[in-house]
Amino acid sequence: MKKALLALAVTSVLAACSSTPTEQTSAPVAQKTAAPVAVAPAQPMAKEPVTISLYPAKGVGGALGQRTIHYAFDKYTVTDEYMPVVDAHGDFLLSHGAAKVTLQGNCDERGSREYNLGLGQRRADSVRKILMAKGVKDSQIETVSFGKEKPVNPGHDAAAWAENRRTDIVYQGE
Amino acid sequence: MKNNLPIFIALLLALIQMPVYADMTLEIVTQGAQLTPIAILPFAGDGVGSHQLSAVIAADLKRSGLFDPLNTGGVSPAPADVEGVNWDAWQAQHANFVVVGNIQEEPATHHIKLNFRLVELPNRMAHLNLSFDGSADQYRMVAHHAADAILENITGYKGMFSSRIAYITQHGSAHSLKVADSDGFNEQSMLNTNEPILSPKWSPDGQRMAYVTFELNRPMVVVQTLATGVRHVVARYKGSNSAPAWTPDGRHLAVVLTKDGHSQIYRVSIDGSQAPERLLSSGGIDTEPYFSPDGQTLYFTSDRDGGPQIYRIALSDLRGSPERLTFGSNYAVSPRLSPDGKQLAYIQRDGGAFHVMLMDLATKQTQPMTDTQLDESPTFAPNGKYLLYSTQDGGRGVLAIVSTDGRIRQKLKTQTGDVYEPVWGPLQ
Repeated sequence: MKKALLALAVTSVLAACSSTPTEQTSAPVAQKTAAPVAVAPAQPMAKEPVTISLYPAKGVGGALGQRTIHYAFDKYTVTDEYMPVVDAHGDFLLSHGAAKVTLQGNCDERGSREYNLGLGQRRADSVRKILMAKGVKDSQIETVSFGKEKPVNPGHDAAAWAENRRTDIVYQGE
Repeated sequence: MKNNLPIFIALLLALIQMPVYADMTLEIVTQGAQLTPIAILPFAGDGVGSHQLSAVIAADLKRSGLFDPLNTGGVSPAPADVEGVNWDAWQAQHANFVVVGNIQEEPATHHIKLNFRLVELPNRMAHLNLSFDGSADQYRMVAHHAADAILENITGYKGMFSSRIAYITQHGSAHSLKVADSDGFNEQSMLNTNEPILSPKWSPDGQRMAYVTFELNRPMVVVQTLATGVRHVVARYKGSNSAPAWTPDGRHLAVVLTKDGHSQIYRVSIDGSQAPERLLSSGGIDTEPYFSPDGQTLYFTSDRDGGPQIYRIALSDLRGSPERLTFGSNYAVSPRLSPDGKQLAYIQRDGGAFHVMLMDLATKQTQPMTDTQLDESPTFAPNGKYLLYSTQDGGRGVLAIVSTDGRIRQKLKTQTGDVYEPVWGPLQ
């Protein structure tokens, strides 16, 4: 992993989290600190809740800089063209056990809103399956479908539709 | 239309434009239909402007695409009953029917009572002698009930005007769930949010609405009581919760959940007292459940055979094999049953277009109902004679109506924003 591609942000929220329930320190955060890669040397000593933002830089060259997988109409299979993108994020998640992603499935404006909600879920799940097959932990991945409700291109032509049929990989804290 | 009806043959294609909502215009296109001329005389004691009940009735009948309400603006004074009607004048204008009556108002409460007669010309035969009453804030609904009675008497169609519709409006990220009378008046917002809203569905009694909201970032199903605005969550399980469909008894919803993987259909109780019961199991997307009016059959969309198609299965035999109903296209979605359960409306992809289709369930014959593009969300009028749906016009989401005989088409044009997910409620 090239360090140049990484934007590593560790935010300690010692002061800001005084109202956070203390149980959090014992459960999810303890798992984070046991991640394969030590995120920050100070962390094992932290007694207060710590939130971690960990994600590769967006838009930088290479597959890891890409965040979007596109699909054909009414399809949810990740094509060969986008496998390097999914692979790169899978490798990143494997080597950064504290990093988490939400996979957001989206569709173009044609057809039923509810069917598109199901199709968007399939799209997000298609990426999730590949990541999990690589060994990424279930706890690192969330999926959500926005159906056709959140287009990135508001147009009504084939180019806009192609842009809107997508799964967005969104890192927690990004 | 009843066969013994005296009929005036209208223009082959009549185009009528009339204002409906503050920012919507209704365009009615009638093809080859025969319009019945009718004179709705101003009622003695009638209101003015939007309070003029005779005008509300005339507008309802005009929107049906079956009537040609004659201009009665010059009638003065308004006759309170048949004695004051100038029959010869209306016969000269080829009126087939005259409506005449009066409105009595209780001064203290403003409670109104409309008494009217429907009289056929030229024989001056009385068809109806009826009264409807209502509170001051329901004065337009009183007229809608009268219009329903007139429609049913002359055409044999059951009522539809005394109903409400719901739909989503969107301006940028501002989404609203709105409810209005079937003529677009009395529009009220049930919910305003910057997140998407989907699939509003009236409870069978018209008192509550189930819908999908993304307010908490992922879709969940809530039920809201219209009168109070109180709402509660019916389904908010892990993953996606969507596509509510009321059982005819109003006690359960079918919903689509992804809590166990991909989109599958479950049944949940409205009060949340029971764990979701999975109704079907497939390897594909199962969604858009819709119960037949008798509650015995579940219709739904599934891509179990490849692309999305419409299926049905008896609720008494959920382990059996669902029957596939659609074969005409590689994309058929959004099943909706007519109130009598005999017709199925749905959306089918034809090349680049998405059209409203109608299937006769007895013969399985299908016909396209629309020539618009990108149609969505068909919903039957309470009498089953019209389909309301959403489509695009000039890049914007608009509502449109087509009669189930295909001859009458209406478009509700908005000036700004998008309107979609219409759903027609029960009679009031």
